[in-house]
Amino acid sequence: MAPTATLPGQSSQRTTGNTATRYKAGVLKYKEMGYWVPDYEPKPTDVVAVFRITPQEGVDPDEAAAAVAGESSTATWTVVWTDRLTAAENYRAKAFRVDPVPGTPGQWFAYIAYDLDLFEEGSIANLTASIIGNVFSFKPLKAARLEDMQFPVAYVKTFKGPPTGIVVERERLDKYGRPLLGATIKPKLGLSGKNYGRVVYEALLGGLDFTKDDENINSQPFMHWRDRFSFCMEAVQKAQAASGEVKGHYLNITAGTMEEMYRRGEFAKQLGSCIVMVDLIVGWTAIQSISEWSRQNDMILHLHRAGHGTYTRQKNHGVSFRVIAKWLRLAGVDHMHAGTAVGKLEGDPLTVQGYYNVCRDSFTKKDLPRGIFFDQDWAGLRKVMPVASGGIHAGQMHQLIDLFGDDVVLQFGGGTIGHPMGVQAGATANRVALEAMVLARNEGRDILNEGPGILMQAAKSCRPLEAALMTWKDVTFNYASTDTSDFVPTASVA
Amino acid sequence: MRITQGTFSFLPDLTDEQIGRQVDYALQQGWAVSIEYTDDPHPRNTYWEMWGMPMFDLKDAAGLLTELRECRKTHADCYIKVNAFDSTRGFETMRLSFIAHRPPEEARYRLRREESEGRLLRYTLERA
Repeated sequence: MAPTATLPGQSSQRTTGNTATRYKAGVLKYKEMGYWVPDYEPKPTDVVAVFRITPQEGVDPDEAAAAVAGESSTATWTVVWTDRLTAAENYRAKAFRVDPVPGTPGQWFAYIAYDLDLFEEGSIANLTASIIGNVFSFKPLKAARLEDMQFPVAYVKTFKGPPTGIVVERERLDKYGRPLLGATIKPKLGLSGKNYGRVVYEALLGGLDFTKDDENINSQPFMHWRDRFSFCMEAVQKAQAASGEVKGHYLNITAGTMEEMYRRGEFAKQLGSCIVMVDLIVGWTAIQSISEWSRQNDMILHLHRAGHGTYTRQKNHGVSFRVIAKWLRLAGVDHMHAGTAVGKLEGDPLTVQGYYNVCRDSFTKKDLPRGIFFDQDWAGLRKVMPVASGGIHAGQMHQLIDLFGDDVVLQFGGGTIGHPMGVQAGATANRVALEAMVLARNEGRDILNEGPGILMQAAKSCRPLEAALMTWKDVTFNYASTDTSDFVPTASVA
Repeated sequence: MRITQGTFSFLPDLTDEQIGRQVDYALQQGWAVSIEYTDDPHPRNTYWEMWGMPMFDLKDAAGLLTELRECRKTHADCYIKVNAFDSTRGFETMRLSFIAHRPPEEARYRLRREESEGRLLRYTLERA
């Protein structure tokens, strides 16, 4: 047989020996079908994934890794002759490295490379159907988790990314040098449109930049969406006039169909809203569609990660949030909830910082303690503003600014609306605490250690802040995290 | 009511000493500071008047404070802000921007509501 030309990184039939034997009808181990290539060097154009795998008893990790590669690319359970009608070597994903998970017997990190041609341009739906479509139910594995992915610049460039991004969002809002402040309107169910808008007005007038619909506020019997939109925008516009500042309310346009989502988006635009939101559960294609709509309509797009805990939280099975964050940045959202580390919801500080870096870096460096397995060149894709929301209050301001810096939305829902002196006072307390802490940090003070003193000092000329500090001084959520770093001992910040 | 644009508008007005420390911080980050003023702080008034060019080669805060005092003398009835600009790739935007002078009487804006079809309202801000 005459030698055939090979592409860079490709060698014909490298692990399969004799071709006739390879394609004999029957069942072969995945390793023997060409999905385990230990000397493979990923090409600069490959998509690379790392899975945490827990093979069944008796299944060796190389074979399990090969099976993941096979089931997430071309393989089926038996040999098929029709492979020979293709340049099969090219389309097979290649498991090329398996490392034991530090301190966790029975689990391995399996690295798998995928040729760029396996993926349609600009489609998260296609990417995810490939990478997580099949393998997570595969019987030879007890469990599998997609830990991280690396995308070549060529693939990144097929996505438009965030419609607005951090830089342009700040320029539209004219707000620089500090985190933005938000609050989710509570109670999240039961308020009428008029009463709901009252909370929006008080919170924005008191000093917040944004208020927010919660994930499950859509168009229920107690408050239809058009009423909510009208009353909220009256509140936003009034607060803008009173403060001379740009303000916003994330109008949740999540609905049962795309047609209805567009309809709600158009009404938000008509009323002069600068921002709309959708929930993660609308799905990847809906997110990409509404991202495109936001781009065409000068709208900031806020994403609430509703539902992610079902697959991101447990370490042995599912998809890490750092991967979801990468997909969301490609798909194109401007805000995403990425954890608080100090609040009521899951997330240890280093792991959460890893998610923030994925949102905000121009180039994300490999950083194992923060759970980042790969360098990632974002190729000029705009940056996503992370949102810290859930069980945080003014007394934690120094910790939040130390952990997350300036490019973040800090959302104090209960910490605003539950203030003993009222919603407006709650908002003012948060804004004063924030500005006092940023001022002190810029002056070179050690805010992590001096933070409580800085807050007490600011409270001397701000009664609402004093009341907030007294009310919530002992509130912490100091539970061990489930999703922690595999490479360093886990710290807690409480 | 107080116009609350800018990084530190919810704190008591900064003293020149405090302004100087913020400028020092900006210079340490490698940002260029500048001064802008306006008599119309409408939230969508993006282009305030420039008081000279951004001070790209400034070494310490004293230079900015001198200019700020000059600007205050000339435009006492305006809002004056201090900006810090970061030319790093991926930012190329303002990183800090705070009000450093306010007029004796704050500007006030009123919300004008134009009734449109159905219950729809169209909103405009106008000077009160």
